Amino acid sequence: MNKFMIGGIILLAGVVFLIVTSTVAGAQYFYTVDELIERGAEAVGTPARISGAVIGETIEYDLATLTLNFEIAHMPADSQLLNDEGGLALALYQAVNDPSRTRLRVEYVGPLPDLLQNEAQAIMTGRLGEDGIFYADELLLKCPTRYEEAAPEQTGN
Amino acid sequence: MIANVGYGALVITLLTALYGIGAALYGALRGRPRWVDSARNAMLLTFPLLTISALSITALLVANAFEVSYVQAVTSRSMPTYLRITALWGGQPGSLVFWSWLMALFATAVTLRDWRRDREFLPWVIVVSLVTLAFFLILSIGFENPFQRYWATPSGAVITAMFQPQGTTLFVPPDGRGLNPLLRHPGMIIHPPMLYLGFVSLVIPYAFAMAALVTGRTDDRWLRLTRRWTLWAWVFLSLGLILGGRWAYDVLGWGGYWGWDPVEVAALLPWLTATPFLHSAMIQEKRGIFKHWNMLLVILTFEVMIWATFLTRSGVLSSVHAFAQSAIGPLFFAFIIITTVLSLGLLIKRWPELKSEGELRSLLSRESLFLINNLLFIAILIVCIWGVFFPIFTEAAGVIGQIFPGVAHIFTGQKVTVGPIFYESATGPLWAALLFLMGIAPLSAWGSSTARTLGRAVWKPALVATLALGAVFVVAGVRNGVALLALWLCMFVTAVTLYEFYRAAMARSRAHGMNMLVALWQLAGRNRRRYGGYIIHLGVVLMAVGIIGIELFQTETQASLALGESVTLGRYTARYDSLAEFDTNDNRNVARAVITLFKDGVPVGELYPRRDYFYESEQPMTIPGVRSSIEDDFYILLINWQPISTQTATFKLYHNPLVNWLWFGAAIFLLGTFVAAWPEKEPDAVIETRARRAAVQA
Repeated sequence: MNKFMIGGIILLAGVVFLIVTSTVAGAQYFYTVDELIERGAEAVGTPARISGAVIGETIEYDLATLTLNFEIAHMPADSQLLNDEGGLALALYQAVNDPSRTRLRVEYVGPLPDLLQNEAQAIMTGRLGEDGIFYADELLLKCPTRYEEAAPEQTGN
Repeated sequence: MIANVGYGALVITLLTALYGIGAALYGALRGRPRWVDSARNAMLLTFPLLTISALSITALLVANAFEVSYVQAVTSRSMPTYLRITALWGGQPGSLVFWSWLMALFATAVTLRDWRRDREFLPWVIVVSLVTLAFFLILSIGFENPFQRYWATPSGAVITAMFQPQGTTLFVPPDGRGLNPLLRHPGMIIHPPMLYLGFVSLVIPYAFAMAALVTGRTDDRWLRLTRRWTLWAWVFLSLGLILGGRWAYDVLGWGGYWGWDPVEVAALLPWLTATPFLHSAMIQEKRGIFKHWNMLLVILTFEVMIWATFLTRSGVLSSVHAFAQSAIGPLFFAFIIITTVLSLGLLIKRWPELKSEGELRSLLSRESLFLINNLLFIAILIVCIWGVFFPIFTEAAGVIGQIFPGVAHIFTGQKVTVGPIFYESATGPLWAALLFLMGIAPLSAWGSSTARTLGRAVWKPALVATLALGAVFVVAGVRNGVALLALWLCMFVTAVTLYEFYRAAMARSRAHGMNMLVALWQLAGRNRRRYGGYIIHLGVVLMAVGIIGIELFQTETQASLALGESVTLGRYTARYDSLAEFDTNDNRNVARAVITLFKDGVPVGELYPRRDYFYESEQPMTIPGVRSSIEDDFYILLINWQPISTQTATFKLYHNPLVNWLWFGAAIFLLGTFVAAWPEKEPDAVIETRARRAAVQA
């Protein structure tokens, strides 16, 4: 039975090793815009995942280099908070239309995503540059008003 | 009216299910077969009742009944009828009813089988199936009612309720919000039902396992009875996952098929427990060992399946898929915890009766290698669960930091997530190890096997694989170390599997003096599970080759082109010929470019990458132009263009080597599962009768 124990321990150790090293390699800190700005210089260069509300009028797309620039406004990350504010659609609307919210400039190189528009939620992974711009490697977008979350009261009008 | 009928049918189904649970329990515990028969009839009634409910939703969807909030949320006037019908599973409330309907269908099919030999299982299979069904019905009726309607109050506000609140009038919105254009793809239309079929089908083996534990009939009868159910569940799960990948490849416009999105990972979890279960069940049937392990696996599979249904539907995970957010999460958790505690309690009670009839003797025996296979799958499962829940763990771990200030800098409570890099680097070696096992396990012997005997069987296919790899190295010029290792494993498995077919067909053709091909055909007919399994292995190898191709050798470029200009990527050159913009009668504006594609300077055809703009949902959708061949895909996206002059346009190009092997391999994989699941020529009753007769004669 001993050889089975040894085999099992080797396998277990291998799996633990894989999980630990991969977690270290793949970890991305989940920040809101406020949290990222608060950390300042400390956050520069570390992989981060960040979410915010897209401000439509700031979207610029350079066709020659496929470089996309836009600003996002701070919004709460916690789903409980989002519920308190009356759903994701409303939270996004408030974030974009509240000038006191912290804003962050984002740069992304790639095709212009289909869902990028005013009051979309952008979820990005990337790094904060020394110039204060967030360089995104990956960009996911959610437009809640298109789907189920929209409050029925809004639909009635 | 129709809404009331559908809702009424849901409520009556729930009452029927609750009665069935009570009757089955009473009948089983008091030994009253007539009560069990009554419970069986209740079970049979749930399917027609839920059919009424599902048809009601469908009728409302087709009839544009926008006063029903679900209809308003998922359809619109401009949608074709087939999309309105499939909108049944386009949102959470409809999905849950659809889930229940499939569950009732499967439970009915089980109930209608011949129970004479397994009478004692019947009440408990009914109880487990109906409890699961009742849980989903409670969700539908109490929390996610698809029949709720809009009502206008005198003050002008619009509220949703099932029945007319005092002083309100029915409110009918002029049009619905419609289905997200990204989801209007055949792959996406059949992907959710396939996953759901897989999910509900997994309830059946679990129900039989629980019946075995309750009744104490703990031989492997429950395994034999449910083998085919598990296999079908596995086919549907696999098909669902593959279709999801195909949808992403065709629609999401990034030239990929799997992004390790948390919801994708959640849908993979039940597959990661069902696959080892299929393997280790064979060992129990053959050798009478792994009995505890199989029980654990079937319980784990059921819980993970419920969990996956919850994860994909609750919105706890921030992900592109989480369109649906609702308050049913705590109920799912309660259901999972209660069923886990009960199942494990039963298992502990029967633990001594599930003693192994044999033992593992050799580390290299067939059964040991199957055990390692199981552990590797479970390791991948742990990696995936760790990844999916890491953000939640890290946030919750803030509590540790607060209690112990000394480690506060480690446990900050900051939400940390892990991306695709984590999954790729943590599961990559485990997948590779599984491939290797797929190669050596068919060559190992049952019982005891030594390194020497195994080595004698392995060296020939290993040599063939090495020679083939040499050819890839020299001819195709592959120098990537990871790719070479992975390709070697693929060729090794292929060599072993083909050799197994050859050896068995050869023996058969010699023994019976028949043609090789006839022998091969009959072979697959005689031992379907084994040779079906080998065909599945070959499919997996082909899929692995496709994945190696696209993951390690994908190239991309982008260019802004004037009319007549070209861009080159590898051996391909794309010439931009023209662009047209027009409106269609289904409310789209289409911008469509014409590209002439050249391979090594020879024209090979035209591609039409386009961008559809949906007026109604104000959303564009990018549809790639793709040229597919066995060798590669050339994949081109129209990114942008000058709207007035249509002179210049910007394109993104991908070259995806070998990617079609992934889809082709998937087809072989499915073929293999059909071979394995097809009923054997002789039902086991006949075999047993014959065995008994032989025993009597002896």
